[in-house]
Amino acid sequence: MATLHTKAAARAMMSPAVILLLIWMAVPLAMTLYFSFLRYNLLMPGMEEYTGFLNYEFFLTDPAFPIALANTLMLVGGVLLITVVGGVFLAILLDQPFWGQGIVRLLAIAPFFVMPTVSALVWKNMLMHPVNGLFAWIARSFGAEPVDWLSSMPLFSIIIIVAWAWLPFATLIILTALQSLDSDQKEAAEMDGAGPVSIFLHITLPHLARALTVVILIETIFLLSVFAEILVTTSGGPGNASTNIAYLIYTQALLQFDVGTASAGGVVAVILANIVAIFLIRMIGKNLET
Amino acid sequence: MGAITLENVVKRFGEAQVIHGVDLEIKDGEFVVFVGPSGCGKSTLLRLIAGLEDVSDGRIVIDGQDATDLPPARRRLAMVFQSYALYPHMSVARNIGFPLKMAGMDKAAIEAKVQGAAKILNLTDYLDRKPGQLSGGQRQRVAIGRAIVREPSAFLFDEPLSNLDAALRVNMRLEISELHQSLATTMIYVTHDQVEAMTMADKIVVLQGGKIEQVGSPLELYRNPRNKFVAGFIGSPAMNMVEGAEAAKAGATTIGVRPEHFVMSHESGQWRGKVGVAEHLGSDTFLHVEVEGVGPVTARATGEFEARHGDTVFLTPEEGRVYRFGPDGLAL
Amino acid sequence: MSRTATPQRKALFTLIGWTIGLVLFFPILWTILTSFKTEVEAVTTPPTFFFFDWTFENYLAVQERSNYFLHAMNSVIISVGSTALGLLIAVPAAWAMAFSPTKRTKDILMWMLSTKMLPPVGVLVPIYLIARDWGVLDTRIALVVVLMMINLPIIVWMLYTYFKEIPGDILEAARMDGASLRQEIVSVLAPMAVPGIASTLLLNIILAWNEAFWTLNLTAAKAAPLTAFIASYSSPEGLFWAKLSAASTMAIAPILVMGWFSQKQLVRGLTFGAVK
Repeated sequence: MATLHTKAAARAMMSPAVILLLIWMAVPLAMTLYFSFLRYNLLMPGMEEYTGFLNYEFFLTDPAFPIALANTLMLVGGVLLITVVGGVFLAILLDQPFWGQGIVRLLAIAPFFVMPTVSALVWKNMLMHPVNGLFAWIARSFGAEPVDWLSSMPLFSIIIIVAWAWLPFATLIILTALQSLDSDQKEAAEMDGAGPVSIFLHITLPHLARALTVVILIETIFLLSVFAEILVTTSGGPGNASTNIAYLIYTQALLQFDVGTASAGGVVAVILANIVAIFLIRMIGKNLET
Repeated sequence: MGAITLENVVKRFGEAQVIHGVDLEIKDGEFVVFVGPSGCGKSTLLRLIAGLEDVSDGRIVIDGQDATDLPPARRRLAMVFQSYALYPHMSVARNIGFPLKMAGMDKAAIEAKVQGAAKILNLTDYLDRKPGQLSGGQRQRVAIGRAIVREPSAFLFDEPLSNLDAALRVNMRLEISELHQSLATTMIYVTHDQVEAMTMADKIVVLQGGKIEQVGSPLELYRNPRNKFVAGFIGSPAMNMVEGAEAAKAGATTIGVRPEHFVMSHESGQWRGKVGVAEHLGSDTFLHVEVEGVGPVTARATGEFEARHGDTVFLTPEEGRVYRFGPDGLAL
Repeated sequence: MSRTATPQRKALFTLIGWTIGLVLFFPILWTILTSFKTEVEAVTTPPTFFFFDWTFENYLAVQERSNYFLHAMNSVIISVGSTALGLLIAVPAAWAMAFSPTKRTKDILMWMLSTKMLPPVGVLVPIYLIARDWGVLDTRIALVVVLMMINLPIIVWMLYTYFKEIPGDILEAARMDGASLRQEIVSVLAPMAVPGIASTLLLNIILAWNEAFWTLNLTAAKAAPLTAFIASYSSPEGLFWAKLSAASTMAIAPILVMGWFSQKQLVRGLTFGAVK
């Protein structure tokens, strides 16, 4: 399948996609890098000058930075924990035969298709609202004091909202992997005298390893950049209690118009993402082969 | 017309060289079979002729015209793939007519040609079906139909029967042979099955490691194998190869005796051995014998020959049917 | 598992399954229900579930007050436009990678995947400034291009995994049969890849429809799609829950239906073909 003619055609047909992506990646990234060494505020145009690492110093020594970093990690870790554990549980449940399985499956995956701004607002207002929210009503009907979710535990509330949206994703992928498990293998194990628990530990779980690593990888990519949910629920507050790196940079750039510091933050975010990516790719390297 | 000449054809994939300077002359109307173990380069050679791969060095001449750099479509060759490579979204009729449509032929002419091909191949009742609704043998015929409507100067077959079950394979083998008789067009046929090679070929090309080991008619190869490899590859069950003292007696490094070239006896003979497994096929009996001082030997006896595990039998290689090979593996 | 479950077991799992399914779906169900309530009823305590005066007034009000259809149109144009443009660029690329692979093909694919790992905030400032300087801030075209670029790796990957499943033999047969490269792609590859192309299209419309970083940061009013439009309800003044619910229901309903239809293919697309 490879003659000079087809090879030349292949190169020509691949180049638009490759060149566009290269530009898309390289140009803005180079600009971010360049801005990060400038004193550059949109409110003071024409005042740009080289400042060395001052922007990085500002960004990294900003008391908000360690909080945002911790929040980012908590957000990613918390959502991963809920979705992976819950996803395995739900997938196994949905894999059992029961009446209305197809409908339940549709119900369970639905949250993934809800746009982030909608899910954030629905949870914020109609469920978590301290006065009129459904949770408040439930708490009151049990005689308990309603919780003001988004002010008293903002990060946890956001984790719940995001996890709700991503749980179906994990479930769907794990379920697909589960259904591709050859039933011969399970039957062979049963013949060999394995009980349901050992079958799960020694057959099912290893079979799911690939799917689980994929879930972790992809969720991590998206969760590092959670933005809309924070914007419409807490705006990062109270204080910086629910600000993550992405939101912090957004406030620097588009609320304070400090292009220099925001760019330095962008570079930091890219470096962080790369560290996570390298770590993840190494972890799942052998799993993604073939 | 379908004379094809390969001149010092070389193919490299990056560093790896898979075809090492092949020279071959194929005459118009010949049925040529490329045979060899998997990885010997036989399919690559076919794809080079088809133009699906570039030749790294050397020339391919088709009907006197240098075709080395021609794209596949302009070589006037038709190919039947191992997987049949039918277009799954097109009906049988459209599959067969596709090359004619590509050639810009008008609808009525295509229709007539497709009908003609379908008649030859017993596909008339299936023309409206999709390939997915056909059996393996029917799909095979559609693939052949798609090849014959083009009236190519040569047909290329890449292991066309390997996806069929045993009984069907024998049938299709016959059908392809008959097709060759009636069309009298050059056919190049790749297979790893020496039975297909022996039964169908005018000329067999035995390949190994990207080199031609021997070219000749089936019986030439059977009678006069040039080396140990060809001797072992042609003939079924394979020739027994014996080294050591018995070979030295014949003045060779290795001697070869085909299973069918033993005189079998319960009483006396040159070699004495114990039967390991006896396979009674009715027409023949194949004995796997552990011969003293020689080693394991496969021998064919008549169908009626009585032998069971543990029996002692005597084997005598037929006079003049013992092949002698030197230290380099070449026949002496 | 050829053995059939006992009825008791099945009943138990039916109960658990439906409970969990309904709990997960509840926020959506609640939104849909609330969209049919009056604003007063929407905030009453105790909340009413099914027995209230059903009304369509919110749906009408949303359109009257906020020009809902403009934003819905923006969503449609941005998601469909970016996906169509992406397919146009990705189909040839995926063809090349699947059927004429070189030693670098795997690397290019991995590199494309890695561009997805680039956090959008890393390039927010320059993209924003470029959009501002070129005067395309708050325009549909800017979002079509940006969303096309962020989804291009997924489109290429999905198509690649679908194309890989088409035997190369068939394309070679077409080549032997005299098809030109264009004919090979148009009359052989494309018809065979229709299911794959369709699910790629569907998934990417969903992803673009729900994208909420660039749509929030690059639009203001004119080009704002539904993601940004809904976000405007987060302002604290007044509680318009019923109207918010009506707007939300309309914003998620079409995508929910599309998602349900494409759930099987979704997995492959979202996992870059790693899980099928």
